[in-house]
Amino acid sequence: MKLAYWMYAGPAHIGTLRVASSFKNVHSIMHAPLGDDYFNVMSSMLERNRDFTPVTASVVDRHVLARGSGDKVINNITRKDSEEAPDLIVLTPTCTSSILQEDLNNFVARAQLNCNGDVLLADVNHYRVNELQAADRTLAQIVQFYIAKAKKNDELPTGKTATPSCNILGISKLAFHNNHDLTELKKLLGDLGVSVNLVIPDAASVHHLKNLGQAWFNVVPYRELGPQAATYLQSEFGTPFIDITPLGVVETARFIRQVQAILNDGGVDVNYEDFIDEQTLHVSQAAWFSRSIDCQNLTGKKVVVFGDSTHAAAITKVLAREMGIHVVLAGSYCAYDKDWFRAEVGEYCDEILMTEDHAKVGDAIARIEPAAIFGTQMERHVGKRLNIPCGVISAPIHVQNFPVGYRPFLGYEGANQIVDLIYNSFTLGMEDHLLEIFGGHDTKDAITKSITTDSGIDWDAAAMKELKRVPGFVRGKVKRNTEKFARNSGFDAITLEVMYAAKEAAGA
Amino acid sequence: MTASTAPNSLNFECETGNYHTFCPISCVAWLYQKIEDSFFLVIGTKTCGYFLQNAMGVMIFAEPRYAMAELEEGDISAKLNDYEELKRLCLDIKRDRNPSVIVWIGTCTTEIIKMDLEGIAPKLEAEIGIPIVVARANGLDYAFTQGEDTVLAAMAARCPSEAPASEAPEERGGLSSLLNLGKKSQVDSSESEFKQHAPLVIFGSVTDSVVSQISLELKKQGIKVSGWLPASRFGELPALTPDTHVVGINPFLSRTASYLARRRKCKLINAPFPIGPDGTRMWVEAICQSLGVEPQGLDEREAEIWNHPQVQEYVSLLKGKSVFFMGDNLLEVSMARFLVRCGATIQEIGIPYMDKRYQKSELEALERACEEMGVPKPNIVEKPDNYNQLQRIKQDKPDLVITGMAHANPLEARGITTKWSVEFTFAQIHGFSNVKEMLETLTRPIRRNASLDQLGWTSMVKEEVARV
Repeated sequence: MKLAYWMYAGPAHIGTLRVASSFKNVHSIMHAPLGDDYFNVMSSMLERNRDFTPVTASVVDRHVLARGSGDKVINNITRKDSEEAPDLIVLTPTCTSSILQEDLNNFVARAQLNCNGDVLLADVNHYRVNELQAADRTLAQIVQFYIAKAKKNDELPTGKTATPSCNILGISKLAFHNNHDLTELKKLLGDLGVSVNLVIPDAASVHHLKNLGQAWFNVVPYRELGPQAATYLQSEFGTPFIDITPLGVVETARFIRQVQAILNDGGVDVNYEDFIDEQTLHVSQAAWFSRSIDCQNLTGKKVVVFGDSTHAAAITKVLAREMGIHVVLAGSYCAYDKDWFRAEVGEYCDEILMTEDHAKVGDAIARIEPAAIFGTQMERHVGKRLNIPCGVISAPIHVQNFPVGYRPFLGYEGANQIVDLIYNSFTLGMEDHLLEIFGGHDTKDAITKSITTDSGIDWDAAAMKELKRVPGFVRGKVKRNTEKFARNSGFDAITLEVMYAAKEAAGA
Repeated sequence: MTASTAPNSLNFECETGNYHTFCPISCVAWLYQKIEDSFFLVIGTKTCGYFLQNAMGVMIFAEPRYAMAELEEGDISAKLNDYEELKRLCLDIKRDRNPSVIVWIGTCTTEIIKMDLEGIAPKLEAEIGIPIVVARANGLDYAFTQGEDTVLAAMAARCPSEAPASEAPEERGGLSSLLNLGKKSQVDSSESEFKQHAPLVIFGSVTDSVVSQISLELKKQGIKVSGWLPASRFGELPALTPDTHVVGINPFLSRTASYLARRRKCKLINAPFPIGPDGTRMWVEAICQSLGVEPQGLDEREAEIWNHPQVQEYVSLLKGKSVFFMGDNLLEVSMARFLVRCGATIQEIGIPYMDKRYQKSELEALERACEEMGVPKPNIVEKPDNYNQLQRIKQDKPDLVITGMAHANPLEARGITTKWSVEFTFAQIHGFSNVKEMLETLTRPIRRNASLDQLGWTSMVKEEVARV
């Protein structure tokens, strides 16, 4: 047992649901008690999805506990199959089903007999893997399933596409800026003359998975989701994959050179050096920013970086290598992947912290007292408490991290966005500091002063206490209105009773 | 629109129970704030923690007095000793927070592995010297607000069985304890405004503001509230004697009600709930009647609220509108009864669980309201099936659907106006004083969509995916 207040990565089923519901026309059925379908709320609220989230629960209740699910799961699967005719139904185990130890595989096999669509059991164990590991596993599992199916039915297309093409693996629902990153990646690959064969799982149809092998190579932009599927495709079709995250100008160039190497190996003679130069020096603003005197002012400033492996590693490199900022500590909550992370950032920071405990991260920040933090929503709140500015660079995230406007992190436009994010964090910090030194703006308390001067009406203790419960931003208004009401109604003191009477009487 | 076939009485149905609601452990979110010296320990898995973390949003960052005791594989396979593990965590909590009570929230996992929380708690309580209250608020048995019911039922067992000496401030909850702050004379003078009646205890967690408002409302009738379950502090739990009259403020407190009536032998006042001016009037009336007090000026008070220009304006927006409750928080019948009085027609009342005994007066009030307002009596669908409900919504096109967040955005995208139901759980909706705000919330989507309607942006989904 461990005492936990906050977690960075969610439970395993969230990963499975994120991948399964990213596909088009794939439905997930959770084997879970009432209330565990919270994923639907996140999908509907954070991403503002217009469509119903294709996730339902086969509810585990007291009855199931006593006698087992019996035919309930099977009935729920076949019912969903007839109601919505999904291509695939993914039966998703939860922490509850992990310990009930019912034979879910058997349910899937029996349900398959009566379903037009396919039925799969997600192969994830709640107690062994987290959201990210489960997502990676589920994506690979679905890919394997459909490649095997196509092979069996002899429907597997052979050979590569005539012109260079690639698959993009790992773009999913409820992930950090993924939709914008996808647009940027497609644009970048288009500029390089590479067409996109398939994007998975985002909006992909499972019927197209059999065509995955036709791509010349696979792109895996994120460390957390996609490597397993890419590794499988490499072993199955010999398809090479690029697992460089094109985040920041230097890494984007490295990514492009890797594309060049693969294409040259495939017998297409390309040279992207001029393209990289043109983009770096003249199109993107990030390289120029590094040379400008604004960025000079950031030299040697101390920062702490924390997030998922992909973003924490990439941002650390951008800060240290491209901006001359001093990364005191870089860390990630993907503790299961610590060797990779160390290898990526070892030379760019003083310390590495691999932990899932937010308190350790908070303590490290307090100890280091950096000029800025780049982290998750949790680090943003630590920053608030310690008065240190924070740029959010990684999940877990809130609704404000699902912007409507175009905000990629990858590619050349991504590099521009990151410059703004980093620079704005620092200037805000500096401004705060200067304001403090010079005594700040003198607008403080203006509202309270103007209403306390001439009201001449006493508030009794209970009413005063009640007034303090009113949220700060409307307290002044409530106070004024109550006093006005009291004056007009001839009360000379404000009691709770007068307060509520004023509240009831108040008009629009 | 609704068919004109008005059933003569309320019709009860029960569906598959395949509906979306919050897990009952969410009660932690409001109860830890209500009971200021408590600490809530949710004994469960990452799934529970993830839900709480996401459902509570920013509250999580404010050093909440709740935490997860996250079960690991060793706990599940009983390699670790439950008692020792819980002792270790509770000692940490005692050291860091020093609460007056630790509430253990049992979850689905502790049910399945049959962790004996009720057995462990008294021993550990004796060992560490802090009361431990056990509530099984799990998704196997309960929905959303029923979590509070399990906690309050468990807490009722801790209420003292005789009133402390009459001068002790603990005895007075809410308003009287507020007034008592250093102003002895004021209390003495206000004491005389109360009539002689048996002690009254109100159960249900509401914000301290609502506590004051309701206490004042009853004071106008000369009725003194002896205490609230829960009070702001664990040590202020009200005394319960066979003479004590108890009344619920919320419709989801049936376990607490039956515990108070059966085990503590209190006299349960069955009344519609004080939601809406009509509900508040009936609730106060029922209390007066039970305590043998003649109600004073209640009809005028209700009329005054209804006649408020702002209230009238909101009510005019609801008049003739059809409303569909998908059902997730058990406030549905009371809200529907109030909406009928506002002139709306109710197409369906989905509800997780329907206790016809505890809600008896409320159901009668709903029937009366429908008859007097001349609208058909709605179907009450217990354990609804959300998929079937969406088909009915698609067919009947209600003017307003009151639903959870999982369905709100997709329905809006299909041109169906929704109101997010959870808001009513967290907003102040009780008593006369909050009617305007409740109506403001209820009519907000109608007002918002009215201002957008001329743009012609009603259906925002493409045809091929427009399946409801």
